[in-house]
Amino acid sequence: MTQANTKLTRADFQIDGPVKWCAGCGGYPILAAVQKALPETGVTKENVVFVSGIGCSSRFPYYMETYGFHTLHGRAAAIASGLKAARPDLHVWIATGDGDSMAIGGNHFIHMIRRNIDLNVMIFNNRIYGLTKGQYSPTTPLGSVTKTSPDGTIEKAFEPGELVMGAQGTFFARVIDKEPKGMEEVFIDAALHKGTSVIEVLQNCVIFNDATHENIVGKEVRDDRIILLKHGEKMVFGKDLNKGLVFDGEEIKVVTIGENGVSMDDILVHNQTTKNPNMHYMLARMTYPEHPVAIGVIRAVEQATYDSMLTEQVEHAMENTNIKNVKDLLNSGKTFEIK
Amino acid sequence: MGNNPKKVIELEDVVVKFAGDSGDGMQLTGTQFSDASASLGNDLLTFPDYPSEIRAPQGTVAGVSGFQVHIGQKEIQTPGDLADVLIALNPAALKTNMKWVKQGATIIIDIDNFDNKHYKKAEYVEDPLSDGSLSGFTVIKAPITSLSRSTVNSLDMGIDQKTADKTRNQFVMGLLFWLFNRDVTIGEDFINKKFSKKPDLIKVNHAVLHAGYNYAETVEAIATQFHINPAKNKKGRFRQITGNVATAWGLIAGAEKAGLNLFLGSYPITPATEILQELSNRKHLGVKTFQAEDEIAGICTAIGASFGGSLGATSTSGPGLALKTEAAGLAVITELPLVIVNVQRGGPSTGLPTKTEQSDLMQAIHGRHGESPLPVIAASSPGNCFNYAYEACRIAVEHMTPVILLTDGYLANGTELWKIPDFDKIPSINTPLVKDNDPDYQPYRRDPEKLNRFWAVPGQEGLQHRIGGLEKSDIYGQVSHDPYNHQVMSNNRAEKIKRVENYIPEQEIIGNKDGGELLIIGWGGTYGALNSAVKELRNEGYDISLAQFNYIFPLPKNTEEVFAKFKKRLVCELNMGQFAEYLRSQLPQYSYDQFNKIQGLPFFISELKTKFKQILEEK
Repeated sequence: MTQANTKLTRADFQIDGPVKWCAGCGGYPILAAVQKALPETGVTKENVVFVSGIGCSSRFPYYMETYGFHTLHGRAAAIASGLKAARPDLHVWIATGDGDSMAIGGNHFIHMIRRNIDLNVMIFNNRIYGLTKGQYSPTTPLGSVTKTSPDGTIEKAFEPGELVMGAQGTFFARVIDKEPKGMEEVFIDAALHKGTSVIEVLQNCVIFNDATHENIVGKEVRDDRIILLKHGEKMVFGKDLNKGLVFDGEEIKVVTIGENGVSMDDILVHNQTTKNPNMHYMLARMTYPEHPVAIGVIRAVEQATYDSMLTEQVEHAMENTNIKNVKDLLNSGKTFEIK
Repeated sequence: MGNNPKKVIELEDVVVKFAGDSGDGMQLTGTQFSDASASLGNDLLTFPDYPSEIRAPQGTVAGVSGFQVHIGQKEIQTPGDLADVLIALNPAALKTNMKWVKQGATIIIDIDNFDNKHYKKAEYVEDPLSDGSLSGFTVIKAPITSLSRSTVNSLDMGIDQKTADKTRNQFVMGLLFWLFNRDVTIGEDFINKKFSKKPDLIKVNHAVLHAGYNYAETVEAIATQFHINPAKNKKGRFRQITGNVATAWGLIAGAEKAGLNLFLGSYPITPATEILQELSNRKHLGVKTFQAEDEIAGICTAIGASFGGSLGATSTSGPGLALKTEAAGLAVITELPLVIVNVQRGGPSTGLPTKTEQSDLMQAIHGRHGESPLPVIAASSPGNCFNYAYEACRIAVEHMTPVILLTDGYLANGTELWKIPDFDKIPSINTPLVKDNDPDYQPYRRDPEKLNRFWAVPGQEGLQHRIGGLEKSDIYGQVSHDPYNHQVMSNNRAEKIKRVENYIPEQEIIGNKDGGELLIIGWGGTYGALNSAVKELRNEGYDISLAQFNYIFPLPKNTEEVFAKFKKRLVCELNMGQFAEYLRSQLPQYSYDQFNKIQGLPFFISELKTKFKQILEEK
C-alpha cells in the first residue's frame, strides 16, 4: 500500500456528479461521515473499494471517489469476501441495508462474519424496503403495518448485533445517522479493526418509514433511551448521567445511582475487547423500554483474519515446493516414457 | 513357464471390469492395473462406476462399485462397451454387471462369497453358478478371500483379519498379471509406493500378489493367457489424468499464461468436486481457493476476485449452474473475465448425480435473465479438459467476458493416458490491462477489433471507477437508463461475443474433408465413442464422417460450409436433442436427424454403428 504524501481530505473522496437519494435521507450524513473518516485512516483513494448489493443503501459506491462495485441483491458480502481474499492489500467496505444483508443475503452475511474476513460493513438499518416502496424487512418490529403487512407483521425482527455475536463476530458497533461525530469515530475504529467490522447505522427513511428510530434517538427522549458505550468507562446514561447498568448475575438491569443503596462502584465498566461475547451479546440486544439502546463500539476483539491466514498458507506452500510452475506440475508425479 | 504351459493369445485391446462392494477398493485395484498397463506402453482409458451412496449395505446391489479399464495396442478412445474380463468379488457385483460383459467373457469370482447368505443379500433367487446363466462364459472360481487370508496368516506377523482381507485386491492383481502375461514385479512397485511408510504391509501385499499369480499359473481352470503389445502410435512422455484434474491444471495454465493469479470460488458438488480439491492442493503455485457457503457465493467470490485483478473461476454441476445464473449475468454486464466450469450430470434436479449426461447445453447458452450472451465451449476427452480449460481462460481474459466450459461426469472421472503437452508451445494470453493514470481510460471504452473493454484494477492510481449491475452508459460507464444507450450496450455485448468466432479454430471434419453421404455431428464428451464408431465404419467401407464440436457458442465460422458438404446430418448427443435444436436455430437451412440417449451412460460404439448403418442404408 502506498501512503499519501499529503493528507487527503473529505473532498478527495467526493464525486463530481450528483448524489441521488431522497432529500432528507439518512444516507447523506452517513456518506459525509465516511468521507471524513477515510482520510483519518491513512488510506489512498486507489486502495479503497466500496462494494454494495441492491437497495437504496447500495447506491453508496457511486458516490465515492474510490473503486466501487454495485453488485447483486444480497451478494455484496460474498463478492467483497472474494475480493479481499484475492487482494488482502485493499481496504474493502460494504454498504448494505437491512433487507440486503438480513434477508436475501443473510447466509453470506453470517459466513463472512464467521470467517472474520477483514471487511468493513455498514448496515443502513431503516427497518423497511425503501427501493421497492415500503414492504416490511427482517428488522421491522413485530406488529408493524406496511404495504405487505396490512394487519401488522407476524414475524419477530432480527437484531443485527445478535446475528453478529451468533456468528462469532469480532467487531460490532451501532451508530445513529444524525450523529455525524459518533459515526465518524466509529467508522475510523471499524476501518482500523482487523477482521469483519459490522456497523449498524440506525437510519431514517424519510419517505417510507419516517421517524422509525425517533422514539429512541429523538432529541427530547434520547438521553434516557440510549447509552453511549466507551471502552473502559462506566455504563452510565440519562440527562444527569445518574442512570447506569448493573449485572445481577442473570441479566443487565437499569439502576439509578444514589437510590436503593446503588453507588457508582456497582455500575458496569464497558470492555469491548473481552473475548467472551456474553456481555457484548446482552448489550447488543438491549431494547427500549426495558433498557437503553447501546450506541458505540460494543465489541472489538482481535483475532486472525481469513485473508491473512490464506496469504500465510499460500506463501508457506510457495516456499516449500519443487513445483514452481505449470511445466513442473505437468511433469510431476508418475509419468511414463513410451518409446 | 511353470508347470502349466498354456496358450497365449495376442489381443488388439481388452476391457477389464472390476466390481465389488464400494468399500472393497475397486478403484484402487483398477488404478493399479491401469498404471501397470501404462508402464508397459498400452494405450488406455478408464472409467469408474460408483453408486451415489457412499457405503450402501455390504453385499447388496446398491453397494456395488465398479471400475472399467480399456487397454490396447490400438488407440483407445472409450472405456469400452462391454467387458472381456469381469472380476466380481461377490454375487451382487456379478448380478449388476452381467449385462455389461461380452458373450464368452472371462468372469473371475471370489467363490468364498458365493453362498446362500450372499445370494440373499444380492436378491438372487437361483444359484447363478448352477442355473445356467453363466454358460457360454469362462468362469474362474477363485477362493480369493480364503487364499489371501491363509497367505497372510502363514507369514505369522500377527496381522488381523480385517487387514488381511484388504489384501484381496492384490490376489486379484496377481491373477490378472498372470492372465495378461505380465511381469509380476511391476505390481510390486505399485505396492512399494502405496505403502512406502508401512514395511509390514509391503511384505504381506507382496506375498498375496504372488499367491494370486501362482494360483493362476497352477490352476487348470485357466486355459489361456492374453497378451497386448505396446501401443503403436504412442511415443513420448505420458501421464494418466482424469478430466477433473486436467480441468484444474488447465485453469492454472491459463492463469500463468495470462500473468494472473488464479482464484477458485466453489461449493462441493458431484461430479465437479475434484476440481476444487485439486486446486486447494495447488497453493504452491499461488492458487487461492475459497470453499464458499453455497453455489451463489462460489461464483460471487470469483467475480469479486476478478474485479480485483485475479482470474476468477468457479466449478459446479447442473443444479449449481442454475444457482449461479444471476451472478453470471452480473459478470456479463460488468464485462469481467470469469471461467465457469460445469461438469454435467444427469438431471433435472438432483437427478443422477454420479452419472453422465449432456443436458445442460441450453442452460449454458441461454440460462440467464435478460440478453446475456457469453461464450460456451466443451471439452471432449479427459486429457483435453486441460486444453479447453486453458481456452476458457484465454477467451475470458482476452475478450473480457464470463465463459462456460462444459465437461461431464464421464470426462471428469475418466482417466486417459495423456501425452504431456509442451507448455512452451502454448501461446501466452494477452491481458487487456490499463496503465496507471491513463488519461484516456474510461470503464466502457472498447478495443475496436474484439470490442472488449479494458481492465483497470483497484490499487491502480488514477483509474478509480464504479461499475455494477445497472446498465451503464457507453464508453463512460455512468448509470444510464437511456433507452437508446441500452440498445447500444446490448448490441455491443452481443457483437463482442459473436466476434469470438474470429479467434477460435475452424471446425474440423474427421473423414471425408470434401464431404459425402453422412456427417455425424457431436459435441463435447461423446467424441471417443463417435470417433471410434465412425472410424470402424470407414474401415468397413462406409461413407461417413464426423464433426465433433468443442466451440459451441459462437460456432466456428466454417460450420455452414462443413454442413453443406454432406447429404445427411445426424446429431448424436446424450440428451433429448439440445444441440440439434440449437443448430436448427443457428443454421435453419439444413435438416438434422437426431440420435439421442438419456440413460446416464455414455454412447456404446455398437449402438452407434447400428444406428449409422441404418441411416446409411436408407434410400
